[in-house]
Amino acid sequence: MPPGASSWSFREEDSTRIHSILSDFLRESSARTGMIVDRTGQMVAVVGEEPSFDPTAFASLTAADFSANDQLARMIGEPEFGSLFHQGEKESMYLADIARRVILVVLFDSRTTLGLVKLRVRGTVGELRHVFEEMFTRGASGPAQVETGFLGEAEDEIDKLFGA
Amino acid sequence: MSMINYASREINCKLVYYGPGLGGKTTNLEFVYNKVSPNSRGKLISLATETERTLFFDFLPVDLGTIRGFKTRFHLYTVPGQVYYNASRKLILKGVDGVVFVADSQIERMEANIESMQNLYDNMAQHGYNLTTIPFLIQYNKRDLPNAATIRELQAALNPGWPVEDAVRQKQAPDPYHEGEFLVEQLDGQWVERAPYFEAVAMTGEGVFDTLKAVSKLVLKSLGS
Repeated sequence: MPPGASSWSFREEDSTRIHSILSDFLRESSARTGMIVDRTGQMVAVVGEEPSFDPTAFASLTAADFSANDQLARMIGEPEFGSLFHQGEKESMYLADIARRVILVVLFDSRTTLGLVKLRVRGTVGELRHVFEEMFTRGASGPAQVETGFLGEAEDEIDKLFGA
Repeated sequence: MSMINYASREINCKLVYYGPGLGGKTTNLEFVYNKVSPNSRGKLISLATETERTLFFDFLPVDLGTIRGFKTRFHLYTVPGQVYYNASRKLILKGVDGVVFVADSQIERMEANIESMQNLYDNMAQHGYNLTTIPFLIQYNKRDLPNAATIRELQAALNPGWPVEDAVRQKQAPDPYHEGEFLVEQLDGQWVERAPYFEAVAMTGEGVFDTLKAVSKLVLKSLGS
C-alpha cells in the first residue's frame, strides 16, 4: 500500500460496538438517526430510522461540508470546528468530528432539542473516539487486504460493466 | 484510502479525475453515468456554478457488484479545474485511491495542462501521497480537434517519466495499451517510468471506458498487493 493512502478495515465486532453506542445515544437524545461517515466520503454506519435519501451521496456531501468548514476554521485562526449545526424548518442535523478521521452525523426533528442533542453527543463522541482509535491503530499494523482470487473476479466484473 | 468494511462486506475505492478547466473531466463522468446501467450506478451529484462550471466536485458512485461476498463500489470524483479553486481541489484528493489526469489536447491549452499537473503533484505531496506509487494515468482528451497537439508533444510535456531507483524494477516493461511503447525503459542510461496514457474524445465517449477500466483495475490490484 502506498505511503499516505492508508486503508483501514472494519470488522463485525467494530460494527456491533458502534451500533450499540449509537443506539444508546439515540435513545437518550430522542434523535432520529445517527450516522458515521468517514472523511473521504464513505458511509460507515447508519443507526435508527432508515433515511429516505441516497446514503452514498449524503456521505460524500457530508465529508465535503466538513472539510470545507475545516478550511474556513483555519482561515479565521481556529485549528478546526469540532462540530457543525445545520438548522432546517423541521429537520436539522448536527455533525461532530471523531478522532479527525470520521464524522458523527445526527438527524433530529422537533421531538428533541439542539441542547439535548449537543449534551448527549459529547459523551458519545468520547466513546466512539475510543473505538475508532483502536481500529486505526490496528489498521496501521498491517494494511487491509482482500483474499486471493478477488482480483481475477473483480477484473472480470470491470470488463463486464465497462465493456471488454 | 480504500475502505474494507467486513461488517457490511463492502469495499469502496475513490477515483479522482484531475486536470485543467474545461478539459472534459465532468464530461467523462456524464458519459459513464449515461452508459452504465441504472442498477449499477447512483446519482450524479454536481456542485457547479450557474454556468455549469464545477465549483466543488462532481460525484458518481458505480457498483461493480458483489465479488467474493464483497459489495465493491467505485466513487468517481472530479475536481474543479479552474486555478483559483485550489482549496477545493486539495480537499477532494483526501483518501484518493487512483487518479486520472484529463489533459486538454489543444495546443493552446498546453500551459494550462502543465500548470495543473504541477498542481496535482504539489497537492498530492501535501497530503503525503506519492503520485509515482499510486494508480495514476493520463487521458489525452479532445483528440478529434484540429488544433490537438501530437501525442509525442503531450507525452514530452506532461508524462516525461520519473526516475526508477529500485533496482528490482529496472527492467523494460511494455505498455500494454500501446504496441512498441514502454512504461518502464532506459533512456540515456537512466531508468524512467511513465504513467499509462489513453486517447479520448469524452464528448462522444471514445476512450472514456478504456480509461476507467484501466484505472479501476490498477486500484484493485493495489488492494491485493
